[in-house]
Amino acid sequence: MNALESMRMALQGVVSNRLRSLLTMLGITIGVAAVIILVSVGHGSAVAVQQRIENLGTNIISVSPGGFGSFGGGRAQRGTQSAVTELTTKDVAALQNKASAPDVKSVTPVVNGTSVTITYNGQSYSPSQFIGTTPSYEEARKSPVEAGSFFSSADEADHVSDVVLGETVVANLFDGQNPIGASVKINGHAFLVVGVLQSKGTNGFQDQDDIAIAPLSTTQDLLTGVTGGLSQIIVEARSSKAVDDAEAEVTSILTPAHTSNGIATFRVLNQASLLQTTSATTHTFTVLLAAVAAISLLVGGIGVMNIMLVTVTERTREIGIRKAIGARRVDVLGQFLIEATMLSICGGVLGVVVGLVGSRFTIVGVQPVVEAYSVVLAFSVGVAVGLFFGIYPANRAAALRPIEALRYE
Amino acid sequence: MAGRRWPAVALESVSKSYGVGEVAVHALRGVDLRIESGDYVGIMGASGSGKSTLMNLIGCLDVPTSGRCLLDGLEVSDLTDVELSYLRNHRIGFVFQSFNLIPRTSALRNVELPLIYARVGRVERRERALAALAAVGLADRATHGPQQLSGGQQQRVAIARAIVTDPALILADEPTGNIDSAAQRELLQIFDDLNAAGRTIVMITHEQDVAAHALRTIHLSDGRIVGDERRAPLPPAPLEAAA
Repeated sequence: MNALESMRMALQGVVSNRLRSLLTMLGITIGVAAVIILVSVGHGSAVAVQQRIENLGTNIISVSPGGFGSFGGGRAQRGTQSAVTELTTKDVAALQNKASAPDVKSVTPVVNGTSVTITYNGQSYSPSQFIGTTPSYEEARKSPVEAGSFFSSADEADHVSDVVLGETVVANLFDGQNPIGASVKINGHAFLVVGVLQSKGTNGFQDQDDIAIAPLSTTQDLLTGVTGGLSQIIVEARSSKAVDDAEAEVTSILTPAHTSNGIATFRVLNQASLLQTTSATTHTFTVLLAAVAAISLLVGGIGVMNIMLVTVTERTREIGIRKAIGARRVDVLGQFLIEATMLSICGGVLGVVVGLVGSRFTIVGVQPVVEAYSVVLAFSVGVAVGLFFGIYPANRAAALRPIEALRYE
Repeated sequence: MAGRRWPAVALESVSKSYGVGEVAVHALRGVDLRIESGDYVGIMGASGSGKSTLMNLIGCLDVPTSGRCLLDGLEVSDLTDVELSYLRNHRIGFVFQSFNLIPRTSALRNVELPLIYARVGRVERRERALAALAAVGLADRATHGPQQLSGGQQQRVAIARAIVTDPALILADEPTGNIDSAAQRELLQIFDDLNAAGRTIVMITHEQDVAAHALRTIHLSDGRIVGDERRAPLPPAPLEAAA
């Protein structure tokens, strides 16, 4: 019996019981679709997290005061909270020394203003972030202005009251008017709006456009106080490859001045290693999701087996007739195996379609990113599962003795 | 020695029992039987006399508990599964009381089935299947499914299926049992023609007028042959007649 005839017989078996075949396929369909969608969701969230981190720049090292244990693979030194000594502009100057820190490209001090309210024309708004920094922030944090300009180093040195606003802040205060050149009140102090940042959207945790940036000197003068330490120092390495060297230099420069009882009182966070750790984490997450989905694929396979067993029992007499007129074991085996494979292939194709369509929608806040390997894998595993679970029933059909099969009512 | 060197069927002290020990049922108890090729044998007996068991053994659907069963001189129990399939496909044609057509499958497709298993190509298969249907007078019903055919027509499709591979031996298990008398006459005529064409026919029946068509009748009772009557002389083998 040639393959074409086997397929024709198998097709007849599938078609002659449409509803049952459809329900059997559904098991495989759901399994395959679940694998594709869940892997896509896992991958989508991984991509989103990576994008967020990459947006921050992979050549970025951030130094913050305190030592709260390790985080994100950064070379964190343990310390106690009581031992915190604040980071100051002196540290910034020390890090900017090209001789002791050759791999450092730029150093950007950052202070965070808290409970800051911006008022314009009777409208007031409190941005979730208010940052005092130097112009190198624009490049280090990849926050270019869209309109106007960032304040200059000279402005910073001169304690100029300029401010750069994020789009969310602009939208809340200016109601469609051009904000450049407008004078706003920040906690009662007059500031000139010089630039608007390019929109960065949300990073999943907060709106990155809900921000206002002013010169460090001015911010310390008017809002946070001159004596307060820096919230953070952003160190930009020469390149992504130089990050580890730069990190070592930063650590060795800061350690003498910031050590309490032999324990460092600052944390160094390396974006590159953070990226590695998060991608490892999200990979685990993806694998976990895929494993859950794989279980439904297995259940679908068992469904195929169940139906094939019923089919074989139901068609025992037919199998007997076929054997009586000369069907060999392999003929019967082939017929039922192909039938099982056909069911799982149809189910698999349907599952791929459902999976691809389903992955177009945002699921629990994540835009799934379909991975080609998951589609290929889900489909082939689906078909293999159907085939595997078809073997036993098909074998049972093939092993039937013709005389018993013929007597079967 | 050409032509009739081997009997079509030879059973040597064949016994068949189902189950073991106290509950064993002895369907056949030491049957010796020779059926020459070209013969037309009617097997009669009450139900439970072992007719069907005998038929199944001859048709290689079952194996004897003891004794030897030879088809054209070949010992059946020596054959492998594949060889038995080949034998059932090429040497034997089955006709069952309940027709046993494959449901939801056209008459033509049913008749083609043995040829599919014989790996006959598509075009030749169709030709031969149509010829077999024409031989039983159903050329115009090729596309009908079993449900659309009367009992007599279904049985004729079954006969077409049995003869499509051109087997030398036709085994019929009460082929007229479920059929009205008009259709029965047509069917028996077909069997007569098949025998006249040189095929060996073994037919189970419990009707005297059906058995009257046979050249030889054998009576079974309680698993033993109790009567063996030749009604008409064995026709010369077609090979010899041609020679």
